[in-house]
Amino acid sequence: MRWTTFLALLMMVAGFWAGYGLEPALAASSDGDVPTAAQSGQVTLPDTWRAIRQGEPGFIAGQPQDRGVLIQSEGETWRAARNGKLTWYAGLALVGVSLAIGAFYLIRGKIMIEGGPSGRMILRFNRIERIGHWLTAGSFLVLGVTGLNIMFGRWLLEPIIGKTLFSWLTWAGKWLHNLSGFVFIAGLVVIFALWAKDNLWDRYDWGWIMHGGGLLKMGDHPPAAKFNFGQKTQFWMVIVVGSLVASTGVSLLFPFTFAQLHGMQVMQLIHAGLAVVMVLFILGHIYIGTVGMEGASTAVTTGYVDLEWAREHHSVWVEEVEGKQTKPAE
Amino acid sequence: MARMKFLCDAERCIHCSGCVTACKNEHEVPWGINRRRVVTLNDGKPGQRSLSVACMHCSDAPCMAVCPVDCFYQTNDGIVLHNKDLCIGCGYCFYACPFGAPQYPSTGNFGGRGKMDKCTFCSGGPEEDHSKAELEKYGRNRIAEGKLPLCAEMCATKALLAGDGDMVSTIYRERVMARGFGSGAAGWSHAYGKKG
Repeated sequence: MRWTTFLALLMMVAGFWAGYGLEPALAASSDGDVPTAAQSGQVTLPDTWRAIRQGEPGFIAGQPQDRGVLIQSEGETWRAARNGKLTWYAGLALVGVSLAIGAFYLIRGKIMIEGGPSGRMILRFNRIERIGHWLTAGSFLVLGVTGLNIMFGRWLLEPIIGKTLFSWLTWAGKWLHNLSGFVFIAGLVVIFALWAKDNLWDRYDWGWIMHGGGLLKMGDHPPAAKFNFGQKTQFWMVIVVGSLVASTGVSLLFPFTFAQLHGMQVMQLIHAGLAVVMVLFILGHIYIGTVGMEGASTAVTTGYVDLEWAREHHSVWVEEVEGKQTKPAE
Repeated sequence: MARMKFLCDAERCIHCSGCVTACKNEHEVPWGINRRRVVTLNDGKPGQRSLSVACMHCSDAPCMAVCPVDCFYQTNDGIVLHNKDLCIGCGYCFYACPFGAPQYPSTGNFGGRGKMDKCTFCSGGPEEDHSKAELEKYGRNRIAEGKLPLCAEMCATKALLAGDGDMVSTIYRERVMARGFGSGAAGWSHAYGKKG
């Protein structure tokens, strides 16, 4: 009784082995190969490889799920754009605009106060306005220099000063960049609150445009209120482009908070591209505020400008201010 | 000159994660970082496949191309390494890498990522071979000892291969021939009109 049961079991096991032995896959691997997916008779399909190549995520255990993507080709696209068109065109534009400003200086020269300084100064920007200007301008200088260093430093500065010093400078620059971003945002808020109303279109703007701002001819001074059309363009450029650069910058400062990997790649390109556009505008702004024009820079340092300068460049504004001043006397 | 390569045989990988563990232990990789990972496609469905992936030591490495401080370098064996003393933790290599290899010890906000960490093909970094500094920053240097990466050495099914590209491809080609079905290569079933 007992041994017949055993025999039956033995036959079953033998039958199992015999049947299994007929499987061609196992018959082919008899040399102690490790049985794996290869023995399943089902080869990896092209669709699987295609899915991997196209960035389809798989399952991953014990690590963040976004690491389940085996290949993200967007990285190569980002690299090609960042190291290619972005850096190349940005570099060309920066050199081109700098040369254009230099050429303008050689041709037109410094724009002088034609009537000569009157010696009488009037207040153009009060303390709060000057603080607003320098919050934005000071932080922008830091942001611009450190940002351009990230984009071009490796090719322009590092070969000169060496890897160690350059790495240290860029590390410090990255922190300065990250911190001054918030100062810049504060500056944007202040100048928007102070100056937005003075930068709306008014009746003098068309005339200013038709005269080319009086930049091209001596003795041509189209009337303008507190800000002329050129300054208004500059103002709205700073507000709009500055806000975009600031918001993309903040999203890069807090990785994975506002955008995931592909989002951050796009943000970086927008951030760097628009920042260069802003640098180009500001180059012109700095030029005309300092070496390009007599009597302009004191508006944002002491706050006072020469009355004759103001009459030539902001005649309507001078009338408004003087009207206000004389009013109490009436 | 040898050109070092990784290759993961999808027909053999059983998703045991032995490679991940071996790497993490050998190099005492910081908490939260895994230089290698195993990903399963079609999980739980017919045609399920797993692959182990880490830095692929690209010949034209995107990380190297975009690094603002130029901290990457390639050894004569084609291994892509980086200098943690130069790294500023900007994250650009992570944006560029197709394989998600670069990782940072801190996910902290404010750009405070810390120094980037990635697979070194078990060959340390720019520090002196077998020095304490090299061990702490980059992990062990097996290549300098004449050994190959531990992940591949420890792979139970020999799915993960590491070493000279010519030898790795020779081994893989022999496997494909010995299997007696298909090639496991992309396009096989389309080219020959059969699956497997």
